[in-house]
Amino acid sequence: MTLWHAIIVAAFVAAAPALLAGEIPPDARRSGYTFMGPDTRAMQDDDTANPGMLFVLDGEALWAKKTGSAGKACADCHGDARGSMKGVAARYPAFDKTLNRPVTLDQRINLCRANHQQTTALPYESRDLLALSAFVSHQSRGVAITAGDDPELKPFVEQGHALFMQREGQLNLACTNCHDDNFNKRLAGAPITQAQPTGYPLYRLEWQTLGSLERRLRSCMTGVRAQAYDYGAPELVALELYLMSRARGLPMETPAVRP
Amino acid sequence: MAALINVPAKAKRGDIIEIRTLTSHIMETGFRHTADGALVPRNIITGFTCRYNGAEIFRADLFPAIAANPYLSFFTIAKESGKFEFEWIGDNGYSSTASASITVE
Repeated sequence: MTLWHAIIVAAFVAAAPALLAGEIPPDARRSGYTFMGPDTRAMQDDDTANPGMLFVLDGEALWAKKTGSAGKACADCHGDARGSMKGVAARYPAFDKTLNRPVTLDQRINLCRANHQQTTALPYESRDLLALSAFVSHQSRGVAITAGDDPELKPFVEQGHALFMQREGQLNLACTNCHDDNFNKRLAGAPITQAQPTGYPLYRLEWQTLGSLERRLRSCMTGVRAQAYDYGAPELVALELYLMSRARGLPMETPAVRP
Repeated sequence: MAALINVPAKAKRGDIIEIRTLTSHIMETGFRHTADGALVPRNIITGFTCRYNGAEIFRADLFPAIAANPYLSFFTIAKESGKFEFEWIGDNGYSSTASASITVE
C-alpha cells in the first residue's frame, strides 16, 4: 500500500466511526433503481409498460379464486388486499411463532395454503407463487421497509449479516466485496448496485420473467462459483432478512424492472 | 392471458394518439434445448391486429427473436368515439383478446 492509499483509508475510517467496516451510512443507501438507465426506469415507472404488472394482474385474479379442500380464497380471510396487505411485504421475512424462525412472503403464502386452504404448496418460482407474491408486495409500493425490527429476529439478522460478510466460492468473494465496497462501479457492462432488495419479486429482462430475491441470491452465488443454497434454505432466508433490514426506510417498488 | 392496454380515455377529433399494448407470453423461441438435450418446442405469438370500430388499423407479424411479454406501441388518428379491439394469435392455437374504449369530442 502506498502512503497515499494509507492516508485515504485512514480518512475513511476516521469519518465513519459508528459504522461497521464497509457498511453504507443510512443516508447514502440507494435503491437499485437509481443505478439503472433511463429506459429501464421508464419501463418500471409506466404501469402499462412494466411487464411485472402482468403478474400483479394474475395475482389479483388468484387472490379471489377459491382453492383447496377448504374451498377458500385468500380474499375470504384477508378481504380487499388494497387495505389488508398494505405494508405487509415491507416487514417480511417475519418471525413465525409456531416454527420459531423467520419465514419469507413466499413461505407465508404456502403456509396459508397448507393450513387454511388445505391445498398443496406452490413450487418456488412458479408463475402462480410469483403472481401472488407480486400482488401482495405491490400493495406496499411506496411503504418504507421495516423488516427485521422484531427483536426475536435479531439472531437471524446477525446470521444473515455473517453470511453477507463471508467469502465463498472459487472466486472467494463475499457479498460485501461488491455491494458495500464497489457499488457505483461496473462488472463487465452491468452496474454494481448496493443490493437493496426494494422491488422483489422483480422483472429481470435477462430472465424474461419475474423472479424472487432467492433466485437473485442464487444467481450471485453461482456467479462467484459457489454452491447455491436450495430455495427456502434457512441461510437464504437469513440473507434475505439481513438485506431487507439493511434497506430499512427505503420505499418498496414492487414490481421493479432490472436489466 | 393478462394484457395491459393504454389508450387515452378522451381525445379531440383529429388528434394523433398513442396506443400501447403489453401481453403475457413466454415467447419460447424453439431454438433452446433442455439440460438432457431435448428441443423445447417453439411457442410464440405470431400475429397481432388492432381494430378501431371494426376497421383494421394496425397489424404486426411476430417472430422468435422477440422478447417474452411483447410490448407494441403505435399511433392512429382519433376519428370517432368507439372501441379498439386487440387480438393476439400464436402457436398451438393461441388466441387472446382485449379491448378499450375512447371518447372523441
